[in-house]
Amino acid sequence: MALDSKVPKGPIKDKWTDYKNHIDLVNPANKRHIDVIVVGTGLAGGSAAATLAELGYNVKAFAYQDSPRRAHSIAAQGGINAAKNYQGDGDSTYRLFYDTVKGGDYRSREANVHRLAEVSANIIDQCVAQGVPFARDYGGLLDNRSFGGVLVSRTFYAKGQTGQQLLLGAYSAMNRQIARGKIEMFNRHEMLDVVKVDGKARGIITRNLITGEIERHSAHAVVIATGGYGNVYFLSTNAMGSNATAAWKIHKKGAYFANPCYTQIHPTCIPRSGDYQSKLTLMSESLRNDGRIWVPAKIEDAQAIQQGKLKPTDLAEEDRDYYLERRYPAFGNLVPRDVASRAAKERCDAGFGVNATGEAVYLDFAAAIERYGKEQAKIQNIDNPSEEKIYELGQAIVEAKYGNLFQMYEKIVDENPYETPMMIYPATHYTMGGVWVDYNLMTTVEGLYCIGEANFSDHGANRLGASALMQGLADGYFVLPYTIGDYLSDDIRTGKIPTDTKEFEEAEKEVKDRIDFFINNKGTKSVDHFHKRLGKVMWDKVGMARNEKGLKEAMAEIKAIREEFWKEVKVPGSANEMNPELEKAGRVADFLELGELFAKDALVREESCGGHFREESVELDGPQKGEAKRNDKDFAFVSAWEYKGEPADAVLHKEELEFNDIELKQRSYK
Amino acid sequence: MNLTLKIWRQKDSNAKGQMVDYKVTDISEHMSFLEMMDVLNEQLVNTGEEPVAFDHDCREGICGMCSMYINGEAHGPDRGITTCQLHMRMFNDGDTITIEPFRAAAFPVIKDLVVDRMAFERIQQAGGYISVNTSGNTQDANSIPISKHAADEAMDAATCIGCGACVATCKNSSAMLFVGAKVSQYALLPQGQVEAADRVKNMVAQMDLEGFGNCTNTGACEIECPKGISLDNIARMNRELMKANIS
Ligand SMILES: Cc1cc2nc3c(=O)[nH]c(=O)nc-3n(C[C@H](O)[C@H](O)[C@H](O)COP(=O)(O)OP(=O)(O)OC[C@H]3O[C@@H](n4cnc5c(N)ncnc54)[C@H](O)[C@@H]3O)c2cc1C
Ligand code: SF4
Ligand code: FES
Repeated sequence: MALDSKVPKGPIKDKWTDYKNHIDLVNPANKRHIDVIVVGTGLAGGSAAATLAELGYNVKAFAYQDSPRRAHSIAAQGGINAAKNYQGDGDSTYRLFYDTVKGGDYRSREANVHRLAEVSANIIDQCVAQGVPFARDYGGLLDNRSFGGVLVSRTFYAKGQTGQQLLLGAYSAMNRQIARGKIEMFNRHEMLDVVKVDGKARGIITRNLITGEIERHSAHAVVIATGGYGNVYFLSTNAMGSNATAAWKIHKKGAYFANPCYTQIHPTCIPRSGDYQSKLTLMSESLRNDGRIWVPAKIEDAQAIQQGKLKPTDLAEEDRDYYLERRYPAFGNLVPRDVASRAAKERCDAGFGVNATGEAVYLDFAAAIERYGKEQAKIQNIDNPSEEKIYELGQAIVEAKYGNLFQMYEKIVDENPYETPMMIYPATHYTMGGVWVDYNLMTTVEGLYCIGEANFSDHGANRLGASALMQGLADGYFVLPYTIGDYLSDDIRTGKIPTDTKEFEEAEKEVKDRIDFFINNKGTKSVDHFHKRLGKVMWDKVGMARNEKGLKEAMAEIKAIREEFWKEVKVPGSANEMNPELEKAGRVADFLELGELFAKDALVREESCGGHFREESVELDGPQKGEAKRNDKDFAFVSAWEYKGEPADAVLHKEELEFNDIELKQRSYK
Repeated sequence: MNLTLKIWRQKDSNAKGQMVDYKVTDISEHMSFLEMMDVLNEQLVNTGEEPVAFDHDCREGICGMCSMYINGEAHGPDRGITTCQLHMRMFNDGDTITIEPFRAAAFPVIKDLVVDRMAFERIQQAGGYISVNTSGNTQDANSIPISKHAADEAMDAATCIGCGACVATCKNSSAMLFVGAKVSQYALLPQGQVEAADRVKNMVAQMDLEGFGNCTNTGACEIECPKGISLDNIARMNRELMKANIS
């Protein structure tokens, strides 16, 4: 099947408006005859479910947690971008569009990104109307901060809990519709397959996670909003339950999977402390606005620190290597995430890491405390303030800005980050890849949509900070409600989709057979055992730096782990009860397939772009020596993979990317 | 360190539960409490026993899933944190740790340490929202200035993660802190004014219907709340309710 992105004709700035003016609409009386399933109720799914219900559709929504409010979106700390230009610093729709395409290293679809930038301002209006308590300045207007990789302040935030507040906004909108009976909410339900009837998505099979019951649900369209697949690495900043199952199941039923190798490894996470580690904790990127990143300049100092013989605060200024400021004078500590992460890895690989594992760098607030302290002394008219006074004043400002993050750090690491620099190291954080969708956010299966982090759409090979929340809410509040209406306008006479058909029966049987296999298998090893092994291969060979040899090895190793998994996995308990081990088994089985496709995708993409860094593809000389080298001539396409059984047999389809409104350039943050 | 764990085991909501003893060894002080539970569960899987079911997801203190009652305290001995943020450095070698689910009539046990908090959902559905549709032409976000003070206070109330520790801690199983926080968030914002009276009446009515107890001002909830939700929110809710009943 040829890929058709269905991007509307016309100038980029008019495409979305023209599109909306010309689509088919469903009249309000008919909407009540149409059912829509929304799987996942994070920012993307929650906002979509609420909006579709407001429009009059009957929505059935699903989440594996006990409430929509607990979706992983809740963990987002830093903020959400919008081209409001409240700060008057030159921001505009075009600039947000441009920054996002550039930040994504020219691997995203221009028309989608432009639409995202266009609706971004509406998101803030909508959220404020819902009662989202964004941070404000003393004049009572909304405050902004700046985030990595851009030169304007366009990030709106709610303390360090932006995702939480946005999700609670979408959740409240959902609650209103649940109360009206327009959304039927299925908490603690996991989608285990999609059901196709005559080529169209018409329902799903779910497992009730309390009773173990397998259920059939039908609808006229199905929306997948189940988040990213970062947990393929075992350790990531994702929630423990974050999974790829829904996305992978629809892939197996015909939805192409795009750019699986584009993963974001976030530079500011708390380093790993031991083998028992179950997840990694992000320290918001906003910290890089004020923190300076460094390692010792001399290897002997680094070694002494690793052995616990030297403290960071003992090192004089000239013995510190502020390597980001050194390498990237224009952006310094605010370079995009992929650049910052690789730079940390480079220093640690060279032996300059600052904890016992050698995998950590410092994030230091001493300079910020001093700067803010002096500023405050001036504001408060304190003449000749003492050093202590300056410190006290400065610390208060840093505390007001980042207090909760500092507290979180101290709880985990047991060190006071005001007194000694924080330690950070990169960790898997976000997946730009995902289910391929066209301009309508429809997958290659008719009537099957994919929104939020689960799709591949807007971030190309690298996502800018504070843009995922924006995309999730844009998809759910402002894009999908239009595009899905155009599709559903053909379904006003279809009537209810029956579930007592052979399509539902077959899908249900497949799901049940797999569950029975797990419960009855006489294996010897736990699910986590396999997940950790997969994670190690992914991190070592498909992580921050990749090469041909490693990727080939990774594919073979993942396949071997998968084969062993299906022989040796052990799942206690039964199918007809709450059984967390059984839930994990299903998810890890899917990760074991996705991981191999991931490595294959990375192997095929013989260029470095965004979060995907191929060691074979670097600048050999000139001012950019050693930096990642993109290859637009051969690789300016989206890789969309078609399932053919074994992941290694997947077939590649290319969506060529056209750049008519932005000139392709090498990203330079020097 | 080596520890003895006394854990509540209950097959499902209908079964009778009981405390069961387990031993874990070589626990690092840097582990989180839930990582210690992972070690126990891995051990149980390997010996063919059913692991202990417990709720958790984000493991960074924000989703509100985790909900253990540890040594007689909701979210355990530390302050200002959830169970997933509790670290083993709070315990000593040789300790016996008692682990139970959050207990309240309105939070029935589903299995082991997992409880049903749907009562909180229904309270939110009764009025925990502002009735505004998504349209794309909502008025500009800066058209109504909100004082920084009010916005910050609303934010403080809004940080509630809906974990239910306040209920589990309260001797009356009252949900006043949780409901007070939500009512306050909206009461402090201009956008929340239009529906203020109905909101507070409906949410409180639903709370009573769910079987949560009364508030007798003991203040235990505030102390155990991982997000530092203040008792002021309960006072504000009472004022709002009075206002609503008069008007
Ligand atoms: C720690 C952290 C901090 C972040 N900070 C920021 C930030 O500051 N700014 C920013 O823009 N982005 C940030 N991000 C990224 C952003 O939070 C996510 O990309 C985004 O929230 C994803 O939203 P979503 O709606 O697509 O998916 P999610 O919020 O992950 O929701 C997934 C939903 O799917 C459900 N689900 C999953 N699988 C199934 C299944 N099989 N069956 C049924 N239901 C299922 C879940 O229950 C859940 O409801 C951060 C991410 C992390 C991890
Ligand atoms: S008020 Fe505190 S203890 Fe109660 S649910 Fe909210 S966060 Fe939990
Ligand atoms: S697991 Fe999310 S708050 Fe503890």
